[in-house]
Amino acid sequence: MELMHDLLLQGWQMVLVVLIAPWITGVVRKTKARMLRKQGPSVLQPYRDLRRLLSKETLLAENASWLFRVAPYLIVSATWVAATLVPTFATGLPFSWVADLLAIVAILATARFFLALAGMDVGTSFGGIGSSREMMIASLAEPAMLFIVFTMAILAGTTRLSTIASVMASGTMGIRVSIGLSLFAMLIVALAENARIPVDNPATHLELTMVHEAMVLEYTGRHLAMIEIAASIKLVLFLSLISCLFFPLGMAQREDGWLAMGIGLVAYLLKINALACLLAIGESVMAKMRVFRVAELLSIAMLFGVLAVFLLFLSRGM
Amino acid sequence: MTETTSLHHTLPALDFLQGLQPVAHHHPWPRFRLDQAAWRDMREALARGTLSLLGLWADREEIHAAVLDHQSALLILSVVVEAGGFPSLSTQVPQAMRLERTIHDLFGHHPQAIPDERPWLDHGRWGVAQPLAEGRRVPVAPVEYPFLPVEGESLHQIPVGPVHAGIIEPGHFRFTASGETVVRLEERLGYLHRGIEQRLEGCDLLQGARLCGRISGDSTVAYALAFARAAEAATQTVPSPRSQALRGIMAEMERLANHFGDIGAICNDAAFAMLQAHFSMLREQILQIAEHCFGHRLLMDRIIPGGVTCGLTPEGSRRLSNWLKTVPNTLSKLVEVYDETPSLRDRMRNTGVLSSELARRFAAGGFVGRASARTFDARRNLPYPPYDRLDFQVPLLDSGDVNARVWIRIEEIRQSIPMLRRLLTMVEEGPLTTPLLAGGGEVREGCAVVESFRGDILLWLRLDSQNRILRCHARDPSWFQWPLLEAVVYGNIVADFPLCNKSFNCSYAGHDL
Repeated sequence: MELMHDLLLQGWQMVLVVLIAPWITGVVRKTKARMLRKQGPSVLQPYRDLRRLLSKETLLAENASWLFRVAPYLIVSATWVAATLVPTFATGLPFSWVADLLAIVAILATARFFLALAGMDVGTSFGGIGSSREMMIASLAEPAMLFIVFTMAILAGTTRLSTIASVMASGTMGIRVSIGLSLFAMLIVALAENARIPVDNPATHLELTMVHEAMVLEYTGRHLAMIEIAASIKLVLFLSLISCLFFPLGMAQREDGWLAMGIGLVAYLLKINALACLLAIGESVMAKMRVFRVAELLSIAMLFGVLAVFLLFLSRGM
Repeated sequence: MTETTSLHHTLPALDFLQGLQPVAHHHPWPRFRLDQAAWRDMREALARGTLSLLGLWADREEIHAAVLDHQSALLILSVVVEAGGFPSLSTQVPQAMRLERTIHDLFGHHPQAIPDERPWLDHGRWGVAQPLAEGRRVPVAPVEYPFLPVEGESLHQIPVGPVHAGIIEPGHFRFTASGETVVRLEERLGYLHRGIEQRLEGCDLLQGARLCGRISGDSTVAYALAFARAAEAATQTVPSPRSQALRGIMAEMERLANHFGDIGAICNDAAFAMLQAHFSMLREQILQIAEHCFGHRLLMDRIIPGGVTCGLTPEGSRRLSNWLKTVPNTLSKLVEVYDETPSLRDRMRNTGVLSSELARRFAAGGFVGRASARTFDARRNLPYPPYDRLDFQVPLLDSGDVNARVWIRIEEIRQSIPMLRRLLTMVEEGPLTTPLLAGGGEVREGCAVVESFRGDILLWLRLDSQNRILRCHARDPSWFQWPLLEAVVYGNIVADFPLCNKSFNCSYAGHDL
């Protein structure tokens, strides 16, 4: 019975991230449109787009290899697994013993690796540009992310995400400078990882300025649908990560009853919707950076991460 | 009126003009027929910078150059084609290169000793070679176009277009980059060649006005005005003051609409969509007012030789003057946002710098030239009604970057608003059109330079005695701006090209003709 309950919870969490992913993308787009005083398409539009893409013919470039065809599925599954590991509305789920922050970073890196390979596979110049820019950004974003992980690990004494979330939720930590610094670094990393303004512009039609879009220019039909859903899931992943690490308010524990679970779920949905709106507002008041300025931005994220770790060492007298 | 007195302009003191008589029936500026030696002297003067080239075109027997001297007198200088060729200007005047390649594509006249022998507009897909040449119909097949060679370590090429990811006009850009830095950009244009000059031959003036209004849709007013003014010059017709004022209103409304659209689009290319949304609203407002005033949003087919086709409706006039009261306030708020958003400023400043030397040598018109210290504005330097009766400033900057080109547009909008107010008071009673006189058996030629939002359009026209078009040539401002875009991108990063390109906003259709 206990096992059934656990599996049900875990399964529900897995399904949840996929179900709400297009919604969150829709919320971001709708909010941005409203910021521009436009009506904007419905929040449900990403679902319709996915249905349309899935029913369309899939075209392949003549020189596309097996990698090009396999990559979308690898990317979507890797991203989905990573997203499943992040606690959304409850902590202490059965899979949480593998839910290691380092593991999540590694799984995302794998997905990125395949995406960059697929971008170069067909041999168009835009794909190559996109892949090279993506790897440049990744090589700067990943170290920053690792320092955030270290900060959390030192605070909670573990890299297991579920435990970190419980520790943060318990309120025993108090307010620490390191947490603030990590949050700031995390926000920058999240913008870079999800190809948002000021790092990349998901809405652009200018081939020469694209990063993420340049890599996926050659994809069509169900392959493109996979890439799109993976991008949406990744956004949900980062929003969930931010909310569980820094705003764990209302999160249920494994042994809690259905009521607490329900509260946790509502709180979670409110949190990530609010974060999505904030993201849209932030994107509306900023221009995109020059490609090389992105390095400076990500160095700032890394610096904050290092400072966070450093301050923790100081405060512990180590 | 200036048009009838224009022959009494003081002619520039040019040695090679000594003892020459202007060609008869060419208005408003004189046309001289040079021999090949004098043509070479003209080339020297162009290379020294005493003259600047405003246009270069051909007909079946002659090559014509429009040159401007520093006292702002315009001259048309012609040389007869001998043995299928003429002395190339581009050996010393690189600005003339693409124009000469085009002359060869269309007429087959060979520019002797031209450094670049490749075709320009002709991609070998027209079915015939040299479509405007007399009597010859040589079928051709598409040929491989050799791009300029680039050598060096770790360079890579990025071909972009002619089909782009966004819905824009077709053009091919061949980038050679070292990492993210552009080492060379080479343009290839001509995909939009529609053979308009050939189609215009034999048309009557109304058909001509219709066709010319479609050379570049965003400048339809300016093109129709240039055509009308050239036809009026050839036939020595002076339109009524009422129609002149109405033309001014249309031209300034078109300028406003395009500048609003451009500023928004430039900001959007830096992923700052918020300003684009607001500038698009302003553009939409002026387009709706245009619809109310003259019955067409883009003011197409409203200007014809001899006048205009419709008057200003009282409803439209009221809407326009009300709008003119509110817009300066709205504009200043938007300009404040533009100027005080650090992330946007970082993208705009020092991006795509055009040196004033290059702007001068290529006689770049419009915001491209005026952002790089070239003061030319046809409304001021070669004044035509109604601008000869208006008081306005020509904004000028010298930094030559994307930001400067945006600021020239902003300042021009600020000049156009009081100009429109003044023009509204100048609309008096009078006829809308004046009939154009047919000639007494002789061929007549007319020329006009009109300031479009993009820069100066030059239009040259030859009419037979029944006012049918024998030859019509329209030179878009983009001819002298496209080559500079190649220079501007050099040393910038690849991802900044769209921003530079949008700040130039050259016309593909107007250039490809």
